[in-house]
This record gives sequence, C-alpha cells and structure tokens, in this order.
Amino acid sequence: MNEAVKTPLLRMAKRTSISPAAAWAIRLGSIVLALLLGSIAVAITGNNPIQAYGTMIKGSLGSKVYLRQTIKIAIPLLGCALAIAPCFKMRFWNIGAEGQITAGALAATFVARNLTGKVPSVLLLTLMCLAAIVGGGVWGLIPGFFKAKWNTNETLFTLMMNYIIIGVVAWLQIGPWEGRQGRMAQFDPAACLPKVGGVHCGWIIVLLLVVFIHVYMRYTKHGYEISVIGDSMNTARYAGMNVGKIMMRTMFLSGAICGIVGFVVCSGANNTLASDIANGVGFTSITVAWLSQLNAFAMIVISMLLAILTKGADTLQTQLMIPASISDIIIGLLLFCMLGCEFFINFKLIWRSKRGGKEAA
Amino acid sequence: MTALEPVYAIELKNITKRFGSVVANDNISLGLKRGEILSLLGENGSGKTTLMNMLAGIYLPDEGQILADGAPISIRSPKDAFDHRIGMIHQHYKLVDVFTAAQNIVLGLKDEGKLDIKKTNARVREICQKYGFDIDPEKKVYDMSVSEKQTVEIVKVLYRGADILILDEPTAVLTPQETEKLFAILRNMRDDNKAIVIITHKLNEVMALSDEVAVLRKGQYIGTVRTSRTNPQALTDMMVGRAVTLNIDRPRYDDLQERLVVKDLTCYDHEHVKKLDHVTFTAMGGEILGVAGIAGSGQRQLLEAIAGLCPIHEGSVVYTSIEGEQHELVGMSPTQIHKVGVSLGFVPEDRLGMGLVGSMGMTGNMMIRSWKEGKGPFVDRKTPQALAKKIWEDLEVVTPSTEFPVRRMSGGNVQKVLVGREIASNPSVLMSAYPVRGLDINTSYTIYNLMTQQKMKGVAVIFVGEDLDVLLELCDRILVLCGGKLSGIVDARTTTKEEIGLLMTRVGGKEDAT
Repeated sequence: MNEAVKTPLLRMAKRTSISPAAAWAIRLGSIVLALLLGSIAVAITGNNPIQAYGTMIKGSLGSKVYLRQTIKIAIPLLGCALAIAPCFKMRFWNIGAEGQITAGALAATFVARNLTGKVPSVLLLTLMCLAAIVGGGVWGLIPGFFKAKWNTNETLFTLMMNYIIIGVVAWLQIGPWEGRQGRMAQFDPAACLPKVGGVHCGWIIVLLLVVFIHVYMRYTKHGYEISVIGDSMNTARYAGMNVGKIMMRTMFLSGAICGIVGFVVCSGANNTLASDIANGVGFTSITVAWLSQLNAFAMIVISMLLAILTKGADTLQTQLMIPASISDIIIGLLLFCMLGCEFFINFKLIWRSKRGGKEAA
Repeated sequence: MTALEPVYAIELKNITKRFGSVVANDNISLGLKRGEILSLLGENGSGKTTLMNMLAGIYLPDEGQILADGAPISIRSPKDAFDHRIGMIHQHYKLVDVFTAAQNIVLGLKDEGKLDIKKTNARVREICQKYGFDIDPEKKVYDMSVSEKQTVEIVKVLYRGADILILDEPTAVLTPQETEKLFAILRNMRDDNKAIVIITHKLNEVMALSDEVAVLRKGQYIGTVRTSRTNPQALTDMMVGRAVTLNIDRPRYDDLQERLVVKDLTCYDHEHVKKLDHVTFTAMGGEILGVAGIAGSGQRQLLEAIAGLCPIHEGSVVYTSIEGEQHELVGMSPTQIHKVGVSLGFVPEDRLGMGLVGSMGMTGNMMIRSWKEGKGPFVDRKTPQALAKKIWEDLEVVTPSTEFPVRRMSGGNVQKVLVGREIASNPSVLMSAYPVRGLDINTSYTIYNLMTQQKMKGVAVIFVGEDLDVLLELCDRILVLCGGKLSGIVDARTTTKEEIGLLMTRVGGKEDAT
C-alpha cells in the first residue's frame, strides 16, 4: 500500500444488528465498569473497595430492618419516576417533580391540620390523598398551561415552580404552622398511613401505580396520544389531536402522581411536613426514568438499585467513615456508563489494520 | 503505466462502502476523464451520492483505492479533496445567509494573510466571465434565488481551483430555463478541460448533457456507455434491471363534479411572511389537478390550509359532497372536518414528520386515522392491525412485521404505508405533496397508478409534484404557483414544459416582465 494512503487509527461504523444477549452483556458490563471506577474513588479515600461494596450490600439488604429502610427510600423514587414517565414520553421535560411533591404534601397537610379528629381515619387519609392529587396536579398544570398557550420553556418553568412552593412551605414551617423550634407538629396517628409488612403502606400504592402507568401508556387512547406527540407534534396535529389540551392533561396527571408521592412521604414516612420533604427525589427519579427507558416495571428494579446505593452509603459513613457522597459518585458513574453503553450497542469501532479493517466490539 | 492506457483524472478502484448491513457501494470501479461530462445515473438509494461523497472527503471507503492521475491518494476530509482539486456541489447548499456571495466563496480559506474583499470580488467576477455565470459577488445570500445560490456553490469550488467537479442532482430545484443555463455553463467548463460528474436520475438530462453514462443499481456498478450510443429506454433497463414501460396511463373520467372550490385563499407563516396570496381554483372530482412551482412557492401551505392545519387569513374553501351537500372548511380543525363527513386524504411532504410516527410500526401508524374510534378509554388495535396487514400484502411493503418501526423502513416502503392508509380511508379528496420524492421507478409508477385509480373512482386528486415531465403525463390540469400567487392553470394535455417553466418564474408567464 502506498504511503500516501492513510486510514484513521480508529473509526466507527453502524452495527448491522446485535443479538439481545450481546446487548444485555454490554449493559451489564457497563454496570461492572461503573462499579470498578467507583472502587477507584473508594480507594482514594484509603479504603478497601471490596470491603466497602460488601458493607454497602450488607447495610442495605443484610437484615429485615435494613431492607425495610431501603424500601422506604425506593418508594418515592419509584412513584416519582412513574409520574414523570408520561411527560418524558411526550418530550415535555418536567423537572418540577420536586415542587409537585411538595405541593401535594402541603395540600395533604392542610387537610390533616383541619380535619383530624373530625372524621374517621380512613376518610381522613382518603381526603388527604385527594387533596394531594389536586395540589400536585395544579402545580403541574400551571407550566403545562403556559406551554400550551404561549409555548413557554417548560424546563425553566417547572424548575422555577419548585422554588416557589418550597419557599411557601419554609415560610409556613416557621410561621403560621410552626409547632416547636421551626418545625411543624407531628401528625396525629389518624393522619398517618398504616404499616403493612413493617413498611408504611405507600409501597402498595406505588406498586398499584406501576400497573396503572403501564396500562395507561400501552393500552389507552391517552397513552397513544402521548406517544404520537412525543414523536412529532405535527403528526399529532395531522391526526386531529388537540396538542395543548393533551399537554395540560398529561402535566396534571404527572403532578397528581407526584402529589400522591408527597402524601405518602409526609403521611407515611415523615409523619410531618417540612420544606425539604422532596429531598431531591424529583431529580433522582429522572435518573430512574431514563435508566428504565420509561418502562414501568424496569423502574422497580432501578429505583431499588439506587435505594441500595443510597442506604449502603449511609452504612459506609457510619461503619467505615467513608463520606456518603461516594454513593453520589457511584450513581453518577452508573448513569454515565449505562447511558454511554447505548453507543456501543448501536456502533462498533474499527481499528486500523494492514488489511483494511478488523472489527472490535 | 503504458501510453496506451487512458489516464483518468480520478479513478475509483474496487470501492466498497457499508452502512451496517446495507452495502451502499459494492466493489465499484469508475474513471473520470478530463474534458468530459460523466452522468452518474441510478435510482434513489442506488449509492450515487455515497460514491461521490468518498471523493469529496465526507466518507472513507471501507475497501478499495482512489487514484488521481494514476497515483493512489487518500481523501480523509473535504480539505484533502480540495488539495486534489476535487469540488462537490451538494444537493443541500451550505451557505451563510447573511454573507455576500464573495464572502461565502472565501469562507474557510486560510492562505491569504488579510482578507482583501475587493480582490476577491474581482476574482469572482473573472471566474463568472470565463464560464458565463451571472452573479453579483456583493449580493447577500438571503436575497438570492435557489439557482443563484447554486451558482455561488459552483463558483466557490472553482475559486478553490477545482478542476474535477461533482454536482449532486443539480437540476432538482431549477426551472427548465435555469436548467438550460446551467447546462451551457457546464459545457463551457468541459471545453476548459475540466472533468465533470453530474449525479442524476433524470434521463432527458443525461441524454442532453453528458458524454458518458455510468449506471449504478442497488449499490452495484452496472456499466458505462457512451451517451451517443444509447437511448433512454436502454438506460432505464440498466437502471432498473429489467424492461420497464415508461408510459403513464391517463384515462378520462366522464362525470366530472365540482368538489372543492377555493377562493382568495391567503395564508401567512410563523414569521408573518405571506405564503399564499389570493389563490383561487376549483378541484374536480374525477381529475388529477397537478400543482407545479419552484420549491417553497406555497405548495405546502396550500395543502395544509385545506386540511385545516395552517391558519387561514382570508378566503374560503367550499367542499361539495357527492350528494351535493356543501361545507365551508375554513376555520375547521382536522377533527371537525372529519366530523362533518368530509373525507380528506392527505399525504404530506414531510412523511415521517407529519404523516407518520417514525418510532411506531405499521399498526401504530394506521391508528393515526382511527385512534379516536370506539367508546371508552382503551384504544382499539385489532382493526388497525388488520388494515396494516392488508396494506402490507396489497402494496407489497417490505418490512419484517407490522410492528417494525417505519423510521427504519426504506423511503419507498414508508410512502406505501402512508399512501395506503390515506387511500384506505376512502377519501373524496386526495391531496399529496411530492409523493414520489426519493422513490424508485417501480414504486413511483405504483403511486401514479394508485392516484389514477382514485381519480377513476371520482375522487378529486391534488398532486403537488416537482418533475414536470411526470406532471405533464399524469395530470388533467396543472395549477402553477409563483411566489404564493396563482400564476396560471393549464390543460396538461396541450401545454408544454416551457410554458409551465415561464409560469413558475413569472406570474402570468410573460417573458417581458423584467
């Protein structure tokens, strides 16, 4: 071959096809890679990575108590990921789940403060849940309405709405609703969700939501409309869909489910309301939704995985004195590797060789 | 190298290029000679553009060799291509709108220390004079017509010293008159000893312009023939791989009925630019009304306005049903139009962006028309699935299943899905925008036949097209748009291409308007 003829050292080409087994092997490999990279971070802190991972597993799944705590972390993550799934399918970037959770919790708390003792517990909880649905739903509907009417940017709008409602709760907490030392009083037991299997019954609610969202997205007219809008708004208009109306409806639904999550957290887990009630769940759940590729059942697995990492990191901190932010690093690496591996599922790399191109995975 | 062997300006040897499982070019060998025009002929998807993109430095061949004047070279970037004096004019122009012609021409050139725009302008004028281009170097691109933009692209590569020119479908957006002008320039360049390639699928252009024709079919090199020793029929057979008849059947439908009366239709786009200006016409049930015009003359808005997808500023669209019932469609949404019983079939220009959902399979796409049917919250998938199966079989759509995403099908199959669905809705008006764009000859003729069949069922067919030869053979009447205005309506059986060409560039078609 002439010396003037050079081919690049490395180039990429679209894959012909890939067997599902190979695709899953790549995905699994990416998780392993993320954990390996994470172990470097652990090693930098001067600890043994294997011991650290072992502690994380033990600390999150090792006993019934730990498992219950892990599930408690997974519940809002799963619920919230389910809530934003329809929006993301529609390519409406709702990053305001944080605020919608808070709004739902605020509405539920309002009912709890005013009706406790006046109605039976079952009715009280039902009314709290309904109030949370309306509260979260309205908080989601507002950006949906503005987007539908004036095509405002939903990303900024939903994000800003978070700060407003969190501010409102912070004010209530030290103002009109203050109980003791800047905190609200605990709910009466009548306003708290009962426990089933050692964990508040929110887990049953979110599992029912998994089934609901799965059916809603796959088999209903609404689900079809959402898919079409997500693919092409022009096609939706062509098909005679009222895009604005569907957007508002979907945002209400998304906010309403976030509201239910808010109700579950304040009534089931915290037994009170505080401005940090959402605690970043609204953002972490975006990770859950993406990693699950918006599949409702996969979200159960992913939310559990993230809950294990979070709970495990707490144990790391208490037992090995490794900062809990290590788990944030690992979650970040996981996200990076799992999303990045899709590239290797679609493309292959070709290294330069003397005879025109050898293939490598 | 012996003296007997012809030295090509550029020679491609055993070039292969794959995209995934698709072999775009399979072991192709081809030579370009100086002082000759080579037509690279083939249907859409036959690999013409891919092959030439490897000369322009866009793609790298997977296998094979490129030789310049007999010596092997490697073209890894467009800059490498220019270093070997190869210039390609792509189908989609790559110009900066707010720059002048001359600014665009020198854009990206590094050699001179300071940009001397006066000198550049002079050089550009010099090139224009030499070959007969008609362009003002100081004119801004946004003020230019499509053909002027193309001229800038050609001058750009000449300015960089290219003596091997590749033009990708250069006439697709030109009127017949502009095409003639371009051909004259290309002949001048040939006489200047340049090697020229035009990529095309239009046979009459091949015959009129080129010295040699190289034919590709489905990524395979079929052969090269001297233009003087061949004819359109032989070339078509080479292109398609078997004998094809090129005639379109045009029966007359006896019982013409007024179906759609459009009066003074005026529309603006999102930027408040007038796109349709008082357009008035009548579409008859039982005829194909062709719509011709330079790209962007309001064709898109015309169809979308009738379909209820484009806000109408002024005017009326009155629909008369077979029973004589009349409806004013202006102000109605697509759903309302459907509700009053007007069945409009619409095959939009942007197939995957408006007519179909790319990520869904055939079934999901049939549901675009039927999703609302049935009571209750659940959507019916059975009926659309049966319809998808029927279209799959009737129109011979190539797809592994009715659930395979249409985005991953080939252009022709995508169009079959779309046209099949629209016809299945039993339309009384069938509108289609560029329905054969990007399709192979066979599928194109399938589409023409479907349109004619609909016409013979008494449907009012509106056919927006770009190939005037086809419009002249297929349609009964042709409506010509020019800058959003109705330029004229002519009888397709008696008019000529030249007449339509004039109507396309000047309202009313009067030559002395300038």
